[in-house]
Amino acid sequence: MIKDLLHSAPSLLNFGIFFGLAVLLLFVVLGFVTYGILSERKIMGFMQMRVGPNQIGGKWGLLQTVADVLKLLIKEDTIPKKADKPLYILAPVIAFAPAFMVLATLPFTDAFQFADIGVGLLYYMAISGISTIGIVTAGWASNNKYSLIGGMRAAAQMISYEIPLVMSLVGIVLITGSLNLNDIVAAQEKVWFIFLQPVAFIVFFIASVAELNRVPFDLPEAESELVAGYHVEYSGFRWAFFMLSEYVYMFAMATLTTVLFLGGWNSIPFLDFIPAAIWFGLKFSAVFYILVWIRVTFPRIRADQLMEFGWKVLLPVALANIFLTALIKELLNLF
Amino acid sequence: MLRTEEMLLNVGPQHPSTHGVFRLVIKIDGEIIKEATPVIGYLHRGTEKLAENLQYTQIIPYTDRLDYLAAMTNNYVLCHAVETMMGVEIPERAEYLRVIAMELGRVASHLVWWGTYLLDIGATSPFLYAFREREMIVNLLTELSGARLTFNYMRVGGVKWDAPEDWIAKVAEFVPYMREQLAGYHELVTGNEIFVNRVKGVGIYSKEEALQYSLSGANLRCTGVKWDLRKNEPYSIYDRFTFDVPTREEGDAFSRYHCRMEEIEESLKIIEQAVEQFPEGPVLAKVPKIIKVPKGEAFVRIESPRGEIGCYIASEGKKEPYRLKFRRPSFYNLQILPKLLEGENMANLITILGAIDIVLGEVDG
Repeated sequence: MIKDLLHSAPSLLNFGIFFGLAVLLLFVVLGFVTYGILSERKIMGFMQMRVGPNQIGGKWGLLQTVADVLKLLIKEDTIPKKADKPLYILAPVIAFAPAFMVLATLPFTDAFQFADIGVGLLYYMAISGISTIGIVTAGWASNNKYSLIGGMRAAAQMISYEIPLVMSLVGIVLITGSLNLNDIVAAQEKVWFIFLQPVAFIVFFIASVAELNRVPFDLPEAESELVAGYHVEYSGFRWAFFMLSEYVYMFAMATLTTVLFLGGWNSIPFLDFIPAAIWFGLKFSAVFYILVWIRVTFPRIRADQLMEFGWKVLLPVALANIFLTALIKELLNLF
Repeated sequence: MLRTEEMLLNVGPQHPSTHGVFRLVIKIDGEIIKEATPVIGYLHRGTEKLAENLQYTQIIPYTDRLDYLAAMTNNYVLCHAVETMMGVEIPERAEYLRVIAMELGRVASHLVWWGTYLLDIGATSPFLYAFREREMIVNLLTELSGARLTFNYMRVGGVKWDAPEDWIAKVAEFVPYMREQLAGYHELVTGNEIFVNRVKGVGIYSKEEALQYSLSGANLRCTGVKWDLRKNEPYSIYDRFTFDVPTREEGDAFSRYHCRMEEIEESLKIIEQAVEQFPEGPVLAKVPKIIKVPKGEAFVRIESPRGEIGCYIASEGKKEPYRLKFRRPSFYNLQILPKLLEGENMANLITILGAIDIVLGEVDG
């Protein structure tokens, strides 16, 4: 349906349909974020011998996140006197909008995808890079020393980790011969790329945790050093925007990992009577769980060590992986 | 024109990692610290001055509030000073109760340090695990004294009251449990690559520097000086127990970590032996209701979890001391901080400060 709409003449009705669909997706994502946060807190509680949220919305705390977001909505919105006001207001938007935009191309099942564009992978990488600007802007505009350091760290970290992230995916693109995410999933019908590209998977996974600014790479907001890093001056819903974008990215990154390495909605042999959506959900949840698990287990890496690791370890490994993949592909073509 | 400038940054008094109301004014060039000036006194309550108007028994609750993580040692050092001056003979059972309480306190204090240190480094779970075990110790000490942190348990000549029934059995049960958990701690943290990278080779000082700065406790032992007052100048009944004094040679944050973790094990050994030898008898010596210390002065020092805690009393033979002074180890250990921070990375600030293990109640007095 969307394909037809994309090729039809622009009209107000078409715009309305697109807008409606976008709002629908927003609610799907916000629904995930709501329960993603809850499940993260519950898993963390389980691992740390606590109960986690258990008050609002029954004994599982099902409405805890809703209550939290509502609280943030009605909180006072403070803007520091000496802040750069326009930039200060703009920064959360710049951080959040791309997080939502990248979802457009992600295929959840063969039937559920917003826009099937040819360069889906490239689009994801390009758009997600914009969020960094939002974070740096926030750090600068707050006119706070901690925010500034946090913002600078974020910029440095994003640059060092975006490159290995992209490089690790070149191997997949080489094998598939396409940047389209649907083609990539189709190419994994027999073997998932995690088995064909294990090195790329490891590099990608580490770099993606760093991209998500999560433990052990949560330097930009390093609570114990920089208090809260780039969002130290933000309150209320502006702050919530940063947090939401972080969790939307987590959603997107878990989806991307599933699509690129775990065969998307493909089933494992002999179990194809289980619907595609459930397969996708299972793999997605596994990735999400591991992300939470990592957060509970590890301490934070130091800024300079992080740079060193990104440039001196991950990047060379990713490059070597590209070289090896290309070589093997050519050799296979020869015989 | 492009230029760079140094930035003055206030770390604290409200900062998540200064463990209370410690303030550090640092000059930074990017993320490199050029100069650090500690500012203390936000928690100063004038314990020493207050003591001049209080009877000796009344001073004991004030000592609880110095190093509130190991209040038993503070209780002890005051009582010990008074007892030394009066020449009181302490009943056996009281001595054992004191030692068990103090060693439990040492374990609890090191557990808090371990948990919060890892929290500073960015790991959230160890904090909760450490507090789970500490909670058991706190419960034990609550049963003994009636308070969770400010015990006010020791008295001149013994302890306030005897341990409740089964208490000793509970302590005996706790020791193997704690050993088991300690193994888990090492598994989770000690070998972790990220953790080792963060603390190894950070905040190094030499044996000479440590002595020059008058460091004590694990901060001294991490440089290779085997100095523990429980061994070198045995007080109470410490000469009856076999235990080691863990030392390291490197003098970095990681060696301090190791020293403290091993000290927990040594403390458990002491507790185990004390529980085995635990005698029957009275818990309070015959001392007058109103304690008057003979004219003169005395200084005693003992090993607290943070280092050497000392108590100096000058008495004119009255109910109150003429002058009371505590040698507070956190305060002395903190002196080396500006030197350690110079030229360090901003991220190392927390690692170095945390490794010193200060308690603000004790620093500010």
